[in-house]
Amino acid sequence: MSETPAAHAFTHHSLRLKQIAEPQSEIVHFDEPLPLDCGTALAPFCIAYQTYGTLNAEKSNLVVVCHALTGDQHVANLHPVTGKAGWWETMVGSGKPIDTNRYFVLCANVIGGCMGSTGPSSINPANERPYGPDFPVITVADMVRAQARLLDHLGIEQVLCVLGGSMGGMHVLEWAATYKDRVFSAVPIACAARHSSQNIAFHEVGRQAVMADPDWCQGRYLDEGKSPRKGLAVARMAAHITYLSDDALHNKFGRRLQDRDKVTFGFDADFQVESYLRHQGMSFVDRFDANSYLYITRAMDYFDLAADHGGVLANAFAGTKTRFCLVSFTSDWLFPTEESREIVHALNAVAANVSFVEIKSDKGHDAFLLHEPELFDTIRGFLSAAARHRGVIFPANGAARP
Amino acid sequence: MNVNFPPRAVRTTETPRVDLLLIADMVKPGSRVLDIGCGDGTLLRILADKQGVDGRGIELSQAGVNSCVAQGLSVIQGDADTDLVYYPDLAFDYAILSQTIQATYSPRHVLEQLLRIGKRAVVSFPNFGHWRVRTELLLRGAMPRTDNLPDRWYDTPNIHLCTINDFVDLCDGIGAKIERAVALNANGYKLGVAMPLFAQNLFGEQAVFLLSR
Repeated sequence: MSETPAAHAFTHHSLRLKQIAEPQSEIVHFDEPLPLDCGTALAPFCIAYQTYGTLNAEKSNLVVVCHALTGDQHVANLHPVTGKAGWWETMVGSGKPIDTNRYFVLCANVIGGCMGSTGPSSINPANERPYGPDFPVITVADMVRAQARLLDHLGIEQVLCVLGGSMGGMHVLEWAATYKDRVFSAVPIACAARHSSQNIAFHEVGRQAVMADPDWCQGRYLDEGKSPRKGLAVARMAAHITYLSDDALHNKFGRRLQDRDKVTFGFDADFQVESYLRHQGMSFVDRFDANSYLYITRAMDYFDLAADHGGVLANAFAGTKTRFCLVSFTSDWLFPTEESREIVHALNAVAANVSFVEIKSDKGHDAFLLHEPELFDTIRGFLSAAARHRGVIFPANGAARP
Repeated sequence: MNVNFPPRAVRTTETPRVDLLLIADMVKPGSRVLDIGCGDGTLLRILADKQGVDGRGIELSQAGVNSCVAQGLSVIQGDADTDLVYYPDLAFDYAILSQTIQATYSPRHVLEQLLRIGKRAVVSFPNFGHWRVRTELLLRGAMPRTDNLPDRWYDTPNIHLCTINDFVDLCDGIGAKIERAVALNANGYKLGVAMPLFAQNLFGEQAVFLLSR
C-alpha cells in the first residue's frame, strides 16, 4: 500500500529541509561578505552546485547553466527531494545538445534559494535561527555576483557559455553585461531585459497568496514548525497558468471532466484542468520554500538591465565581444518574442555578434524545458561554433574529474 | 532537418550560385560582413571558409534563420526594410544584399542604410533590362516570366524590379560611388568588362555592384 498523502508530504518536507543545511550537492562556504544591491552584505554565505562532465586542462570548456525561478542546481540528475529526473535532462548529458562528453557543465543554486545556497530558510548567524523575513532582499545582479565568486573559487576565469531560460535568461544577460570578459558566449532563452508590469502583477498575486496563509506566520513559519502550504500552492497554480498557453491547456484538457460523467454543482475539481493545477500546486510545496518564492520573485521584479545602464539597454552591452544567441517561443506570452527582439536590437546597436531564433511552439513559456527539437538543434549548433571559435580542446573520455 | 523555405525571389540552379562566388571575391579576407537576406547561409559559409570572414546574417524566414544558427552561423530573424536602422554607422566592412533589394518595400532607403552601416555595400539583383524580359513584354504582352524570375505578377515577392540602368541612376541619386559592376549572362558567366553599359543592360541576366560612399 502506498503512503498516505500526509505521510508523503511529511517525507518530502523533511527531505526538503535537509537540503537547506546539508544539500546533496557540492557546497562552497564564503566568509568574505557578498555586497548586495540593497546596501547591506551577506556573510557568511554558501553556494550549492552540481557539475557534469570534465573540465579540460585549459579550463576552457565550462558551460554555466542558470536555473529558473523554481528550478535548482539539479539539472541532469535525479532530484534529491522528488526523485524525479533533472529539470533539463533532455538538454544536458552524454550526447545531448549540451554534451557532457565535451563540456564541463555547472549549475549553482541561486542565493535566496532553498536547495543549499544561502537563502531565507538558512540559519542567520546573528541569532542562530532561520533568517525568515530578516533575509535581505536580493537582486538578479546579487545572484550573479555570488556565482562569479564561485567561479573565482574554482579558478575559472572565462566561461565558454552561460545559458539559461526565464529567470536563468536574466542571469545570462546580467553575466554578459557585468562580466564581459568572462563570458565567451551567452544564450538567454525566453526572457527579457526587464520584468514587465504584467509579470510583476502575477508575482504580486503569488506573494499575496503566500502571505495571506496564516501558516506563513509573518515569515517565521520555520520557527513555529509550520508551513504555508495552501498559500504557496495557490501561488504556484496561478503562476503555472502563465507558463502555459491557451492552446496548450485546451489541447491537454479542453473541458474534460475529472473522473466523472457530469459536473457536480459544487466546488470540487470537476474539470481535469482544475485537478491538474491542484496537483501542480501541492507537488510544488513539497519541494520549495515559501520565503524563497517571495525573495526570488522579488529579485525578478527588480530586474531592469537598461535602468542599471542609464536607461539605454545598448549601453549594458557596449564593447562586448561575447557571442550571443537569443531564443524565444511563439506562444510564450510571459516573455514574448518582442522582449527578445528588443535585446537583439540593443545588441545590434553595439554591433555585437548575435543570433536570434524564434521557435514555433504551442507550449507557452514552458517550451524551453520541453522536447523542442529546434531548440536542441540551435543550442547544439551554437555551442559547437562557440567552442570552435574559442579553440576548445575537448577532454579525452574517461579523464579524471577536477 | 526539414526546412521549408518560402518562395525564393530568384531561382537559380547552380550550387553554389555564381553570383555568390562573385560576391565572395569582392570581399577582402578577414573583414566584417553583414549578409542581409542570407537565406540558408550559403554565402556566409563561403565567406567564412574561403575568406575567413567574421560574418553575420539577417534573414526574413524563420526556417532559414533556425537552420543557419544550428550550423553555427550568427544570424537573426529580421527585415531589411525595418531592422537595419538598429545598427550603428560603419559597423561592418561590407553590407551585402544579394538578390533581395527587388523584394524590399523601400530599395532607396535600404541602399542608404547599407552604405551607412557598411564601409562598402555589395548588391546583386536580377536585371529587368535583359533581352528575354524585354521580349516577354514586347511579344507576349504579359508580365515577363523567365527561368530566373519564374513567378507570376500576383505571387512574386519581387515588387521593385529594376534594370542595370535604373540601379546606376539610383546610385547617382544617393551619391553612392560604383567601385565595381559586373553583369552575368544566363549561364552565370561574366560579360566582358569592355562591354558598354547599354549592352550589359541588354545581355546581363544578373548584376553585382560594389559600392562605397
